[in-house]
Amino acid sequence: MSEPREITYAQAVREALRQAMQRDPQVFLLGEDIGVYGGAFGVTDGLLDEFGSERVRDTPLSEAVIAGTAIGAAVTGMRPVAEIQFMDFITLAMEQLVLQAAKMRYMFGGKARVPMVLRTPAGSGTGAAAQHSESLEAWFVHVPGLKVVMPSTPYDAKGLLLAAIADDNPVIFIEHKLLYKTKGFVPEEYYTLPLATSEIKRKGKDLTLIATSVLVARALEAATQLAQEGIEIEIIDPRTLKPLDTAAMIQSVCKTGKALVVHEAPMTGGFGGEIVAQLCASEAFDFLDAPIRRLAGLDVPIPYNRELEKRAVPQVADIVREARALVRGEY
Amino acid sequence: MTEHIDLEQSLHMYEQMAKIRAFEEKVNELYKSAKMPGLAHLYSGEEAVAVGVCEALKRDDYITSTHRGHGHCLAKGAKVDRMFAELLGKEAGYCRGKGGSMHIADPDSGNLGANAIVGGSMGIATGAAMSAKMRKSGQVAVCFFGDGALGQGLFYEVANMAALWKLPVIYVCENNLYGEYTHHTETAAGEFIARAQAFGIHTEIVDGQDVHAVYATMQKLVERARRGEGPAFLQCNTYRYYGHHVGDINRAYYRAKDEEADWRANRDPLTILATRLIAQKLTDASVIARIDAEVNAEVETGVAFALDAPFPDVREVNEDVYA
Ligand SMILES: Cc1ncc(C[n+]2csc(CCOP(=O)(O)OP(=O)(O)O)c2C)c(N)n1
Ligand SMILES: [Mg+2]
Repeated sequence: MSEPREITYAQAVREALRQAMQRDPQVFLLGEDIGVYGGAFGVTDGLLDEFGSERVRDTPLSEAVIAGTAIGAAVTGMRPVAEIQFMDFITLAMEQLVLQAAKMRYMFGGKARVPMVLRTPAGSGTGAAAQHSESLEAWFVHVPGLKVVMPSTPYDAKGLLLAAIADDNPVIFIEHKLLYKTKGFVPEEYYTLPLATSEIKRKGKDLTLIATSVLVARALEAATQLAQEGIEIEIIDPRTLKPLDTAAMIQSVCKTGKALVVHEAPMTGGFGGEIVAQLCASEAFDFLDAPIRRLAGLDVPIPYNRELEKRAVPQVADIVREARALVRGEY
Repeated sequence: MTEHIDLEQSLHMYEQMAKIRAFEEKVNELYKSAKMPGLAHLYSGEEAVAVGVCEALKRDDYITSTHRGHGHCLAKGAKVDRMFAELLGKEAGYCRGKGGSMHIADPDSGNLGANAIVGGSMGIATGAAMSAKMRKSGQVAVCFFGDGALGQGLFYEVANMAALWKLPVIYVCENNLYGEYTHHTETAAGEFIARAQAFGIHTEIVDGQDVHAVYATMQKLVERARRGEGPAFLQCNTYRYYGHHVGDINRAYYRAKDEEADWRANRDPLTILATRLIAQKLTDASVIARIDAEVNAEVETGVAFALDAPFPDVREVNEDVYA
């Protein structure tokens, strides 16, 4: 492997798209304003020039058509990578994804393959208000037949996206807008990361903190602060929500005896509940010496006002406070 | 219209229609004798649409089908025995018993699947056409749907894309006058074809009871699509003889018995074709009777096979969720 360079999360996603397209002529991109404009967050910038308008397709403004035609192309031998401009707009493609893409293979007794990826930027923090800030990952985790990936670093984003494109199932690939400009070391060559492996992002002995997407970065920051108080947090990023790799988190909780689950999506019905349930049903239960806690978005639409917006989802200070209380036995 | 269609092909189309008719009669019996787990939407009366359309296609051309899909599947090349097996939930069925009446798919004959969501397959058919164009395979895709599906927004969204990108897709609207228990005049404003015309899509209207007319028109549309001239919308006026589904027995509250009797007596697609071939002295009643007997025998054999066939192992419940 060549020496990894530091690139942004958006560049890592773009590099994955480029390398997938270079390797496999069946891979193509479709979405709203992904070509000439380069996508709402510039992720596909330059790919039109490189691959042409056959393979980088600016579609009409219809999420249902983007999803639906991706399905049709996928079952007939192509490997489409669709972009839904904001995760909020995936609601307009729900029927196609949930009732068609997810079920085709099973309904048809194993005869269909639907190798498609649907990439979409999620999350709040850009002042875009309630209809451009959704975190809807839990909806898709609940649908058998779909895979759900949520990378938190440029390295993970590239390797997981390449794996998602190579996978023969429909994959919902959730990027976070606030992560696009974050940097990390990424090898230049093609590599994939398995779609069912969590990763320990930081070692620690006092508390197991399981976080997704942008909250991984916030948790790492919180952990640095807490380390100064002598509290050592272990941070685990599932990376793929479905299929979910629970081995590392269970092992970690057996060691620390305490768990905190953190995500941006609203608490009620959020993916954190699933993690808590998995931990409680595992051997880690016997090792718990405090209740498992969740720190998640408030049960509100994302507000416009900057301060309210921040208040609506967990921030570094919230994680510090919650983790400290848990470690100090306040629950 | 019939001059380019030779006798052999006409008789083949008759056979296909007769097979669908006999199949659906048997399905109705299976339902009534409680041998079938679910419901079924019978295609009887509409046979000329599926057969005329599919006769103009090659085996590797694509179709997407609907909840009323048995006719489409058979016309595109599915086998009677495995169709019955699927309806009875058997391992030998096209979907190994996991799909049932509304999800029969057979990629080997280009059938990308029936669909229980009204309008749900429009994106799939359009995407298949996009893929065919990208792969330069020369294939076309046909999207079957009913008059009721025109209420769904997806149609307008795919029509727009298909027209812009000149995709080789043919939208076949089977206008059987009703969506469930409501006449289309109560659910669809304006002309059906005007919808497609708004996107600059080529449109045709045919008598969906005349298989020659459907086939001849469809041939033109397929050739256009293969030449790269883009999508088309074909409205086929037709009628379903039975209820919306097999359990819809007393229908007088939404459609008159006289209307049903009139279509059966005067607009039957099998009778129209047979009468024409006999009147033109191309064939005689004995040939038609022989075909009827053959398809009936095929249906009897097929259903016997399916009734005898084993169910899937319950452990298969977890199989094929993911590739
Ligand atoms: C999205 C959706 N809405 C409602 C239904 C229930 N439903 C099944 S068939 C049908 C009527 C369809 O009418 P049409 O498209 O004309 O087809 P036909 O049954 O006449 O062949 C309805 C409302 C459904 N299956 N899918
Ligand atoms: Mg109808």
